[in-house]
Amino acid sequence: MSHFALPVSPSVSALRSLSLALVAAFTLAACGGDDSAPQSGAAPSPGASGTAAATPEPTGPVVVYSSRQEYLIKPLFDRFTQETGIEVQTQTGEEGPLIARLEAEGIGTYADLFYTVDVGNLWIAANKGLLAPTRSEILEKDIPEHLRDPEGRWFGLSVRARTIAYSTERVKPEELSTYEALADPKWKGRLCLRTSRKVYNMSLVATMINRLGEAQTEEVVKGWVGNLATRVFNSDNLIVQAIAAGQCDVGIVNTYYLGQEQQQNPDIPVALFWANQDTSGVHVNISGAGITTHAKNPEGAKRLLEWLSTEEPQRMFSELNLEFPANPAIEPVPLVQSWGEFKPDQVNVEVAGRLQADAVRLMDRADYR
Amino acid sequence: MPRTHTPSVSGTLHLPGGWRVLGLAAALLVALPILMLLTQWATLGTGEQDIWQHLFATKLDRLALNTIVLLLGVGVLVTVLGTSLAWLVSMCEFPGRRWFDWALMLPLAIPGYVMAFVFYGLFSFAGPIQSWGRSVFGANFWFPDLQGAVGVILVMGLVLYPYVYLMARSAFTVQGRNLLDAARLLGLSTTGAFWKVALPVARPAVIGGVALALMETLADFGAVSVFNYDTFTTAIYNAWYGLFNLAVAAQLASLLLVFVALTLMLEHYSRKHARFTQDERSRAAQRFRLQGAQAWAATSWCLVIFLLAFGVPVTQLLIWVAETWRTELDSRYPEFLLHTLELAALAALATVLVALLLAFIRRLPKSRWKWLERLSVRLATLGYALPGSVLAVGIIIAFTTLDQRLQGLLGSGPFLVGSVFALILAYLTRFMAVAYAPLDASLERIKPSLCDAARSLGAGPGRLVRQIYLPLLRPGFFTALIIVFVDVMKEMPATLIMRPFGWDTLAVRIYQMTAEGQWERAALPALTLLLAGLIPVLILVRQSGARRENRTAG
Repeated sequence: MSHFALPVSPSVSALRSLSLALVAAFTLAACGGDDSAPQSGAAPSPGASGTAAATPEPTGPVVVYSSRQEYLIKPLFDRFTQETGIEVQTQTGEEGPLIARLEAEGIGTYADLFYTVDVGNLWIAANKGLLAPTRSEILEKDIPEHLRDPEGRWFGLSVRARTIAYSTERVKPEELSTYEALADPKWKGRLCLRTSRKVYNMSLVATMINRLGEAQTEEVVKGWVGNLATRVFNSDNLIVQAIAAGQCDVGIVNTYYLGQEQQQNPDIPVALFWANQDTSGVHVNISGAGITTHAKNPEGAKRLLEWLSTEEPQRMFSELNLEFPANPAIEPVPLVQSWGEFKPDQVNVEVAGRLQADAVRLMDRADYR
Repeated sequence: MPRTHTPSVSGTLHLPGGWRVLGLAAALLVALPILMLLTQWATLGTGEQDIWQHLFATKLDRLALNTIVLLLGVGVLVTVLGTSLAWLVSMCEFPGRRWFDWALMLPLAIPGYVMAFVFYGLFSFAGPIQSWGRSVFGANFWFPDLQGAVGVILVMGLVLYPYVYLMARSAFTVQGRNLLDAARLLGLSTTGAFWKVALPVARPAVIGGVALALMETLADFGAVSVFNYDTFTTAIYNAWYGLFNLAVAAQLASLLLVFVALTLMLEHYSRKHARFTQDERSRAAQRFRLQGAQAWAATSWCLVIFLLAFGVPVTQLLIWVAETWRTELDSRYPEFLLHTLELAALAALATVLVALLLAFIRRLPKSRWKWLERLSVRLATLGYALPGSVLAVGIIIAFTTLDQRLQGLLGSGPFLVGSVFALILAYLTRFMAVAYAPLDASLERIKPSLCDAARSLGAGPGRLVRQIYLPLLRPGFFTALIIVFVDVMKEMPATLIMRPFGWDTLAVRIYQMTAEGQWERAALPALTLLLAGLIPVLILVRQSGARRENRTAG
């Protein structure tokens, strides 16, 4: 029989280890931030010393929050480090959560540069005050006006065109004309689309709202939905594959997805049609970046951003992801050139951001999933 | 085995007041992300009302229906698979039984999103199987549509049945043959005895497993988004990133809790009268020896499920890895693996210890604060049904405010957002129920009479802990540790959002590839994750095997 004032405490040992673990967890959390935090003001890499006379001194590392796929940006950043001695550290993730995190981190954020695809995302980030206005002669010279923020909070770095892909076996290009015409009943059961949750489609529809107004755009989107051959897909690659396999005859894709498939299978029976050439032009969007409001290394971030607009990296964009260089002085790679010239939609891409929420609702109403 | 949320608690404990406070604080901390979501109802301005009207007008009914269809489908599938397989391997003898006994547990190591992209890739119209069918049988080759509800249910069922299997298997084993023999003596056939005796007695265990599987289904974002199957979870996402309204996203998320409540009510109802105490000395199991066609059928059924749930995905991943590893493998893989294991270990330990604390707290004697303790424990175990991304939102909301205060006081920061602590808290909230269930069940089995008896025989508190509590808690502790470990390894959305700067894990790597549908390239990190996850699962298999040997030997 126990005489202890505290009757049996069966969990003593377990609880002791619990408290230890909790202490450990807190300690880890406290130092964890330090461990993993980028070392600002770290020593420049020795490789840079040779070029010091020609270029400014390297800064500390630049931290990039990016929603771009790592394998597309890492070669660029590695090259930048080679040339300038400035290290680039990345945190990748989905665009929405990255924006939320940037917002949550506030003045303490690690990020110097926010780099993402689709102007919708850049517009949101800028609108939340997360991106700082930047003036740069280099950027203003290299990047055309309609591909950057009027206030300089973000700059387009590569251009992607979203247009119509069709089966060369079952469709004649003469049958195609505009995005809107894909709502015609003659495409019933022949159209493949990607999910409306993808920002690319939100932006496409947003520019249509800007051009045609809500009512007419909604009619078009309803027409698309009525023509679908199958459920919406969750990637453009799958649309190209579905057209090749005969599941559908036409679809709307970003051009580089067809390029990826063509690299694997040059004879794939799918081709691109430049939409809306007699009217508004092909819907173009950008991947782009902006310097964060609370950047610790804005100077390094600016140098990276400027460097990305110059010849070599611009060419790399085209090689790595078959995109179009944003800098009009640079030619894309031969495969991209083989798709031919097209007239792009010249509306400032900022529209896509402004009307994105309207586009989402419109697509919901049209039951575009 | 799991007594997830039964209100009746046996065995009152006595702990000094400090522990009570600590326990309550821990429960509230774990419940914090959920509480933060609930506070978002305070923000219901015109913007929010407008979005709600829009949702009602366009798709809320479809989302609710889709979610219910998914829950029902997965519920039925995991029940059928889990129970039938568990019955076969624990009560019958047929060729391959010993092997299936553990092999059928292996799918536990496969993340749902990986299974989803493997199945989608294989069975889509442009995928290898249908393409082959068309090339052989012509363009009109018919193949069942596995892209919608059917596909998602199949994928989730195959990944989640091990929860039911695990629990039903131990329930059937504990039952032993006595009950069945009695039933058969009273004139029931073997089949009749299964339906009328064995299954009802195992029901709490089966339902416990089903409840876990359903909560996991509700929380899933990965598999449903591969299939573009709209559920509540995808709507939350859309409200946040499409309509940019965090408040509505959080409000939708708190509606998910309604589904959770329904699931839990189902579980609770099923146990209403079920307080099955079993004869501790159940007779060593003598299995029914299946002959001829029956034996063949049993072997085939186990084999088909094993192949679908494990053989097919692993083979497909291996094929993809063989195609891509040269370009994909880079020097950072050890780092990805290490981060994955570190986070999993840290989170598993923290979760299990806090779960133990909560299980003890619930057994404290009555006091003024009892209701608060009970409520916070219950809230703390709700997170299992919430998507990781949603919990992340809750934590970010809470920690942003705190960080701003701290920044005012101490400068610099952020201290909490983006820290290991914040991510571990997300895991704690997400997986508390998984750890709580087996621990609570273990504590439940320690009858107060056992302690009284020990005490009356002169056992001091030290001996009581050593000789009664520790041995009896160990299996539950161990099971909880391993399941949380594996779950954290597989977790993707919260890790993606909250990981500390530079902490890329295997799951993050998989996301980077699957985001654009490049499944071949995701195969390498997926296979690495799967292999790493197999080790703890095999340990769990061995452990539970050993326990059963002990049981049957004793």
